[in-house]
Amino acid sequence: MSLSDTPHARHIPDRLASPLSRALKRWEVLLFLVAAAIFVINSFASPYFLDPWSLSDATYNFTEKAMIGFAMALLIIAGEIDLSVASIMALTSTAMGFAVTLGAGTPELVAIGIVVGLACGAFNGMLVAGMGLPSIVVTIGTMSLFRGISYIVLGDKAYNGYPASFAYFGQGYVWWVFSFELALFAVAALVFGVLLHRTNFGRAIYVIGNNPVAALFSGIRVARVKFILFLLTGVMSGIASICLTSRLGSTRPSIALGTELEAVTMVVLGGVNILGGSGTIPGVVLAALVMGLVTFGFGLLNVPGIVMSIFIGLLLIGVIALPRLWARARRRR
Amino acid sequence: MSNWKTLLTSAAVATAVFANVAHADTKRIAVVVKALGIGFFDAVDKGAEEAAKQLGDVQIIYTGPTKTTAEGQIDVINALIAQKVDAIAISANDKDALVPVLKKAMDRGITVISFDSGVAPAGREMQLNASSTELIGKMLIKMAADSMPDGGKVAVLSASATATNQNAWIDAMKASMSAYPNIKLDEVAYGDDMADKSYREAQALMQKYPNLKAIIAPTTVGIQAAAQAVEDAKMVGKINVTGLGLPSEMAGHVHTGASQGFAIWNPIDLGYAATMIADELMTKKAEAKPGAVLDMGRMGKVTLDANGEGAMADPFFYNAKNVDEFAKIF
Repeated sequence: MSLSDTPHARHIPDRLASPLSRALKRWEVLLFLVAAAIFVINSFASPYFLDPWSLSDATYNFTEKAMIGFAMALLIIAGEIDLSVASIMALTSTAMGFAVTLGAGTPELVAIGIVVGLACGAFNGMLVAGMGLPSIVVTIGTMSLFRGISYIVLGDKAYNGYPASFAYFGQGYVWWVFSFELALFAVAALVFGVLLHRTNFGRAIYVIGNNPVAALFSGIRVARVKFILFLLTGVMSGIASICLTSRLGSTRPSIALGTELEAVTMVVLGGVNILGGSGTIPGVVLAALVMGLVTFGFGLLNVPGIVMSIFIGLLLIGVIALPRLWARARRRR
Repeated sequence: MSNWKTLLTSAAVATAVFANVAHADTKRIAVVVKALGIGFFDAVDKGAEEAAKQLGDVQIIYTGPTKTTAEGQIDVINALIAQKVDAIAISANDKDALVPVLKKAMDRGITVISFDSGVAPAGREMQLNASSTELIGKMLIKMAADSMPDGGKVAVLSASATATNQNAWIDAMKASMSAYPNIKLDEVAYGDDMADKSYREAQALMQKYPNLKAIIAPTTVGIQAAAQAVEDAKMVGKINVTGLGLPSEMAGHVHTGASQGFAIWNPIDLGYAATMIADELMTKKAEAKPGAVLDMGRMGKVTLDANGEGAMADPFFYNAKNVDEFAKIF
């Protein structure tokens, strides 16, 4: 560090930044404005947008992914990742479908969904937290493994014949246009928000993400926290799978193909640092809304899906690049 | 001045066109395909547009997901339901997973039919198959017979011994062989839909039966490999390779003469027929129930079976005259 840097580092501003300008610099506020802008543009662009039932239908394109996204956000903040989530969904769905052929009812199916998700998460957690293997490699492996089992069990066949009451999770409504999935999404957001932002466990996640060694020396049981995070991701994938299977009313081994990347996209778009250490649940919620609104808005205008992919891709690159460009510009000033 | 005039005129024309499009009488039929960017489905769209032009008051919305997933199609269908389209014609990525969302579409008054790759009966009013097992079987033997007026020996090069589709087609072909008493089927060989194995099986057939007149391959991989084997063995003109193939893959072999012609469904006709049927059902001119006879315009009529399925036509025959035109499409 050169001498010339020192005064800059000690610079004390005359006046503290006003709450408004501080708020505007927050990623969440920016996302909120983007979401609001998309909402307004959509309502002008298509006469069909502002219809409560249509909007309710549209929420399905992000609720399941966001449920996984919340758990994934915690995992990424802690410096790990789980790319096997979509495959956990496939395996969970296959297990439920198999149980149906043995005559399982709705309560058993839900239990199976949660237990299989938990077991997959435990397997990932054991390899990463227990044996210290890199999570990206482990979960790329289990991504093939879990879906591979589904393919072996099902081949080109499908399970259907789910009980009628099972359809509630993916097709039922709690009140008026508010679907069960939307309610579950809200509850999950609340639970994960409190867990991350209001508990010691949440603080531990940030510390681990910023410096795992320091976390270890300050008495945080790093491996245990990581293991629990993998369990959580597994359970949320299981729950998302229950919803998706219920919504589709059938299981094929290709179910939820590609969901892992959409969940990671949502998390990163929500302002979670892909290298770990920072990010918020409200950010992920807003990112889910942005992605949902863009998908639905483009759908209403019959814009080909590839344009949507390009848009999300650019948004993602923007998310990563903007803060760095911003920081560089400020340093130069 | 004249520039202004042109501008104003074109603006007026544009407004008129726009108003025309937005006119309440215009019905919207959405053609939902497995994924965008597939030549076969672009050709389906071409056929749908042709039908729309003929009908006059129909607008086609050609759409689909970027990846061939059921989830992607569900998002697309939700957006179409929100737009309150009049009809949806879909080629499904998953025959079961789309049932709930398509049921919802029908509940909200949208006519739903499937074509090409069908949806389970609960999720659509009718399914239009490009052809039927019986028609394909007849076509296979007819194509071989047309190239050998004096009769003789033929062999079949199929996919795997357990391939459901191929076995059904071969059985149908055997059933219609009584119409050709001087043609004898020597053997059914299996190339497992792998290019190298199919090639070797074709070579073996030629060695085993020196008087072989035709190889019938009801698989796109097999027909290509057999044509290549015939060319490499310098048997062009002696053995005709026919069956089911893709124009883009077979054009070269048709021009060398290894194949005098082959068949596959015609996607343009399929899109045309699907649109005609969707229009008929949404305007309540007909009802899709077992035994119903639906009108497909220039494609004739189709009768629905007990499952609400109907077969459009014979597989379309491609030869040196038309193969290049379709090779550009799929």
